[in-house]
Amino acid sequence: MTAEVRRDQQSIQSVTDGVLLEVRNLKKYFPIKTGLLQKTTGYIRAVDGISFYVKKGETLGIVGESGCGKSTAGRTIIRLYEPTEGQIIFKGKDISRLPENRLRQQIRRDIQMIFQDPYASLNPRKTVEKVLKEPLKTHRYFKMKSEYQDRVDELLTLVGLDPSYKNRYPHEFSGGQRQRIGIARALALNPDLIIADEAVSALDVSIQAQIINLLQDLQARFQLTYLFISHDLSVVRHISDRVVVLYLGRLMEWAAKEDLFNQPLHPYTQALLSAVPVIRRKDEQIRERIVLQGDLPSPADPPTGCVFHTRCPMAMDICRKQVPHPKAYRPGHFVACHLYD
Amino acid sequence: MAGPERLTKTVPGNEGIKQKRETMFRITLRKFMRNKLAVAGAVVIFIVVLAAIFAPWLAPYDPGHQYLLDKLAKPGGKYPLGTDMLGRDTLSRLLYGARVSLLVGFVSVAGIIFIGTIIGAIAGYFGGIIDALLMRFVDVVISVPSLFLLITLVTIFQPSLTTLIIVFALFSWPGTARIIRGEFLSLRSREFVLAARTMGVRSSKIIFSHILPNVMGPIIVTATLQMGYVILAESALSYFGLGVQPPTPSWGNMLQDAQNITIMISAWWYPLFPGLMILLTVLSFNFVGDGLRDAFDPKSIE
Repeated sequence: MTAEVRRDQQSIQSVTDGVLLEVRNLKKYFPIKTGLLQKTTGYIRAVDGISFYVKKGETLGIVGESGCGKSTAGRTIIRLYEPTEGQIIFKGKDISRLPENRLRQQIRRDIQMIFQDPYASLNPRKTVEKVLKEPLKTHRYFKMKSEYQDRVDELLTLVGLDPSYKNRYPHEFSGGQRQRIGIARALALNPDLIIADEAVSALDVSIQAQIINLLQDLQARFQLTYLFISHDLSVVRHISDRVVVLYLGRLMEWAAKEDLFNQPLHPYTQALLSAVPVIRRKDEQIRERIVLQGDLPSPADPPTGCVFHTRCPMAMDICRKQVPHPKAYRPGHFVACHLYD
Repeated sequence: MAGPERLTKTVPGNEGIKQKRETMFRITLRKFMRNKLAVAGAVVIFIVVLAAIFAPWLAPYDPGHQYLLDKLAKPGGKYPLGTDMLGRDTLSRLLYGARVSLLVGFVSVAGIIFIGTIIGAIAGYFGGIIDALLMRFVDVVISVPSLFLLITLVTIFQPSLTTLIIVFALFSWPGTARIIRGEFLSLRSREFVLAARTMGVRSSKIIFSHILPNVMGPIIVTATLQMGYVILAESALSYFGLGVQPPTPSWGNMLQDAQNITIMISAWWYPLFPGLMILLTVLSFNFVGDGLRDAFDPKSIE
């Protein structure tokens, strides 16, 4: 580890008040196995050393194009995947190496996930009631049977569904309704942190707005903290307090929403923002569109130095040789780019 | 059937759902009923099962009694399907033979499904080294020349119904295990399984309560197809004299009795009826299996 990284982590560590989740140098490599004997011949570096933190009650957006590692990051944080390296500090405790039985006692109640596909995230053979009771029963949340019943009704009401729907099967609902059921399930155990992995991407735009409003209402009511993973910049801009931009498994920029959208520092963030379609009035000037050249490099064989240098319009010599580490450009605004050295 | 009725199936927002509720079971049944061959097969199986259950009441004679004066009697008259060379009534023996064939079929298939599902589920769900080891074991069992092994084992352990069933169950499960493994492999990364994992649901519960109910379709299909195979294998073994032992009648050993060229020429009914029963039953199970496979496939046209 270089001196810069250590210095940088110290600067992150110094801001610990109210931090619910902190990720330090998180890496997740997937082995590439080939041949008859399934020998490991290489690694897909899906997440390659990212660090950030989320404060209690805030929403951290994670953005990037597909294949940048945002879903892998979310799934590693909730320990669906084993992290290859790094620390996941949740409520002050490192959960990155806990075995499954300890996870069940400690974080399986407190961190929940909302999934992308409302059609795949609910078991087609279980009624809504069974879906919602499962997390409660797994953790023996109540003692009385009637308490479980009441909680199911309460959860359905919370997400704007009629409690009488509880005996229905998932295929009897629309996409938006199913996503509400998925949200109710995530809320069942009163979690601290909810990881929403592309939670609205599969929905119609009109339904997206409803679901986002619901998420915001619930956040205000239960002091929830969200890790909101999405490729949709306008959605992230609407819901997030702060935003992390990932590219090829690395953190490019991390800043408060206003700073990031008004004054993006990293050339990649600038390109990403310029690609958002806007409805322009006649008298407004045409915004400059930065078109990136080439394709996303393979995460199995990432470029040397800055992973973005192959497509960066401002690439310099140093970018090919040296990996830029996130540095504070101003308080709370981190950027990993040699332009700001 | 893309009528207006189907368009109301999903209602956006929170208004009530007005469509007629149709369970997965009803949809599957409706698709199955459309396949004429499969329905015909189901009817035949139903009749054969009933005949086997009620054999004591349906059979006109004792299947073991030898009417020595009526050896090789022609069908019709006193004996509707004729008699064999010992003067036993063919119809009665066919009815009692159905009991044996179906019993061997059902019990063996239950064993095959049990072993195959457990091995396939564990391999598919856990993956990695467990999967690799179990699947190599499957390869080994598949590579065993099962007919020779069957003959050897049956010779060592006295041919009997129990031996037959155990041998079938122990050596015919690999196909089922592979199918179940494939299903588990694709279902374990589905989001509802991931959701259960993030909530802390135990692996055993995920396997049995989340994934297995979604694999029932393929399991039923393989079970049906295996039934045909086992009935045929039982007949083949009995034909070699290694299966069900006389005087207990089975379709296979009835054929064995008739393997004499003079009998085949002079008493055609003797091998014909048991052969026909085997053909009809195995064919029916295969038709039903195919029908079920199409009915369970969500991509098949309604």
